[in-house]
Amino acid sequence: MKDDKTVFGFWIFLMSDAIIFGALFATYAILHGNTFGGPGGKVLFDMPFAFAETIILLASTFTVGLAVMAVNSAKVKKALAWFAVTFVLGATFVTLEIGEFSRFIASGNGPQRSGFLSSYFALVGMHGLHVTLGLLWMVFIMIQVSRRGINKFNLSNLNSLGLFWHFLDIIWIFIFTIVYLMGAIGI
Amino acid sequence: MMSFIFGKLTLSAFEQSPTILAAVSFMGLVGLVVIILLTKHKRWGWLWREWLTTLDHKKIGMMYLVIALIMFFRGGVEALLMRGQQSISVGASTGFLSANHFDQLFSSHGVDMIFFVAMPLIFALFNLIIPLQIGSRDVAFPFLNAMSFWFFAAGAMVFNMSLILGHFAATGWVAYPPLSELAYSPGVGVDYWIWALQLAGVGTLLAGINFLVTIIKMRCPGMTLMKMPLFIWTALATNVMVVFAFPILTATLGLLFLDRFFGMHFFTAGFGGNAMMYVNLFWSWGHPEVYILIMPIFGIFSEVVATFSKKRLFGYASMVYATAAITLLSFTVWLHHFFTMGGGADLNAFFGIATMLIAVPTGVKIFNWIFTMYQGRVRFTLPMYWFFGFIATFTLGGVAGVMMAIPGIDYELHNSLFLVAHFHTMLIGGVMFGLFSGLYYWFPKYTGFKLSEAVGKWSFWCWLIGFFLAFGPLYILGFMGATRRLYHYSASTGWQPLFIVAGIGSLIIAAGFILQIAQMFISYRDRKKNIDLTGGDPWDARTLEWSIPSPVPEYNFAIIPEVHDRDPFWDAKQKGVMATAGRAYEDISVPKNTSIPILMGGLAFVFGFAIVWHIIWLVVAALLGGVTLLAWRLSSVDTERVIPASEVERMDSELRQKIAA
Ligand code: HEM
Ligand SMILES: [Cu+2]
Repeated sequence: MKDDKTVFGFWIFLMSDAIIFGALFATYAILHGNTFGGPGGKVLFDMPFAFAETIILLASTFTVGLAVMAVNSAKVKKALAWFAVTFVLGATFVTLEIGEFSRFIASGNGPQRSGFLSSYFALVGMHGLHVTLGLLWMVFIMIQVSRRGINKFNLSNLNSLGLFWHFLDIIWIFIFTIVYLMGAIGI
Repeated sequence: MMSFIFGKLTLSAFEQSPTILAAVSFMGLVGLVVIILLTKHKRWGWLWREWLTTLDHKKIGMMYLVIALIMFFRGGVEALLMRGQQSISVGASTGFLSANHFDQLFSSHGVDMIFFVAMPLIFALFNLIIPLQIGSRDVAFPFLNAMSFWFFAAGAMVFNMSLILGHFAATGWVAYPPLSELAYSPGVGVDYWIWALQLAGVGTLLAGINFLVTIIKMRCPGMTLMKMPLFIWTALATNVMVVFAFPILTATLGLLFLDRFFGMHFFTAGFGGNAMMYVNLFWSWGHPEVYILIMPIFGIFSEVVATFSKKRLFGYASMVYATAAITLLSFTVWLHHFFTMGGGADLNAFFGIATMLIAVPTGVKIFNWIFTMYQGRVRFTLPMYWFFGFIATFTLGGVAGVMMAIPGIDYELHNSLFLVAHFHTMLIGGVMFGLFSGLYYWFPKYTGFKLSEAVGKWSFWCWLIGFFLAFGPLYILGFMGATRRLYHYSASTGWQPLFIVAGIGSLIIAAGFILQIAQMFISYRDRKKNIDLTGGDPWDARTLEWSIPSPVPEYNFAIIPEVHDRDPFWDAKQKGVMATAGRAYEDISVPKNTSIPILMGGLAFVFGFAIVWHIIWLVVAALLGGVTLLAWRLSSVDTERVIPASEVERMDSELRQKIAA
């Protein structure tokens, strides 16, 4: 009964979070042409790199699914192992993203360069921030589960984390399509 | 080094104008008196245990009320100052306020009244009434509920800090760029605006999620969707709008912050920013927001009118559909706030028509209330007085609104005092009158005695007459060409007499407010005389909250009722069987107190303050503290306390005996 409420509440939270992303996507849609003499997406984006990021995040969404399945069949060790794999994948993703951001900034194309870059950094950075928070949450949960096992207090927490991760993956698919793919084609 | 420790904060931040100094000293004095009283009566422990650390939705509701009352005082004083200034600042005289101070005043008045008066009053009522009306012992997430409140309180504190240190935004409550960008507003005013709204907004969003889940998941057995009281329907609609609209505000404030803090270019005039994008984002939150304010009022009146007409609400189903229609439409009209953007005739026509459409479901509601009264036994109590006042003003404001929905007319009236008159008609005659009606209606539920009617009626007439005197002239002034936010005007305009009338009107409103405060004291003094002899049902009402004793016990319902009718309590009274008859008592678990929410609120305040003044180390410290507290809460297991069934039975029968006596 209680979990029922928590998971439902978390869905609603995700929906409102999706609206924040919606606002950022709208911002990007409006500003992506406003390069103000600076480089546009076609010049900046490195497609193979973005594709690699995508694959890594997709893989992590698969492993987090396995982790949550293990949780629900009460296999603590297995769950912890899959969470660890997810963590490594997620951390790699964030590292790659930070790498990309710093390359842009180093070449003088930071978020202050143009309206386009402001909106790019805000949208992609917001996603990266979410992934980072998800990683922190994961660490916290792994510590709890390894100390206390799976109980009714952290079960809904674990399921919510799973949902959160899938949600971030979906957002990323949109980012990959709208920002990188369409940017590379020059739409 | 100094700038590392203090950020942008320097001693000059303490320099304030005499008016503000007076306000701050007054606040300090009141604070001091409260501290002395608490110490003298040894009430600190009580305050901490019973209130500040509580997770009880009823007490949280009352704390919202307290903050709203204090902030209403502030907003009212600001209104009087503006009215005074505009009455005398003509021709050679420039009045008693500087232009910049006047600009801060209308900005903070608007923010204060919307975010820190109307919103907390609404969430106060949600907290006080929703669980009771749906036959529930609590909200879905009591801890989250306390967090919402303390985030909101932190926002209010950040907002008030701008009186003491630095200054507030001088940009209007909407803070349009490029004016609100660093280039044109280099001080901390806009930052105060951003973070006061951001913190309060996050609190509201969390509360919205909480009440949405509460209404969907926590209704008592038998209460199907179409048996929910109408107040619950409107609360549901309100919280749906909160959940969909407030994230847009969060994002928009975030982007403006990025512009100002990191020098990015979302809304700047150069570098490919787009200021109109801000205006669009702001109002895609802002228009739903005005419906977030008015929707609960529709619910309140649906309860009040049915109760005091001793009749079932007329056209319940059409009320539900009208509520849903308004909720949907509220997201499709935002552009009417800036027809003058120049989006073209087709765009303006679309949004103009969508706006006019909203009048249809709203009209349905008004007619339903009137039909509810038709052939009913209408009792002219205070809540009904406010209802009649509402009908008069709200209709006027609605007509003015539909006028401005015609883009051609709006081009003339945009940014004039006609607009100011229109939205105050909706906000005072609509939102505030409705909230007063609700507060008077539900007051005995929480205290066990009624408010004195005589003083209440005096205050009502002051408000109503004062309102028409204060805002009637503004409609005319708008037609005469007076724009809003004027700190000074030329004598040749001939506006001064009307401004003076408006000033007198605002004084009469102030008298109405003072009478309301007096009413509370008088009613408390005479509480024996005004006592509710029925012990819980002073108005012979219809819904579940009236079936339990007043003041409401901690667990709300000793036995969870089962309902079979839309007016379950009325139905039970008619049939002479209580909804709980023949059911056994059970163990009740209630959430234990915790100090985490108030500590979180404290950290949120520190965070807000530090980021306004760019004190980075403090920002980081507050964030780390927040994460620690959250982890602490997530790892605590022992969060509930159980009241055994026998104890519930004992308390319940004691209460019932007291009522019978
Ligand atoms: C109680 C009596 C009130 C009086 C006498 C009053 C008076 C005023 C005045 C003089 C202004 C400035 C008008 C101008 O631009 O020239 C103003 C603006 C405003 N008021 Fe009120 N007001 C009252 C109550 C309220 C309430 C209850 C609300 C909302 C719930 C409210 C919301 C606003 C807003 C949003 C603005 C616009 C601020 C801006 O221009 O940015 N007011 N009011
Ligand atoms: Cu609107």
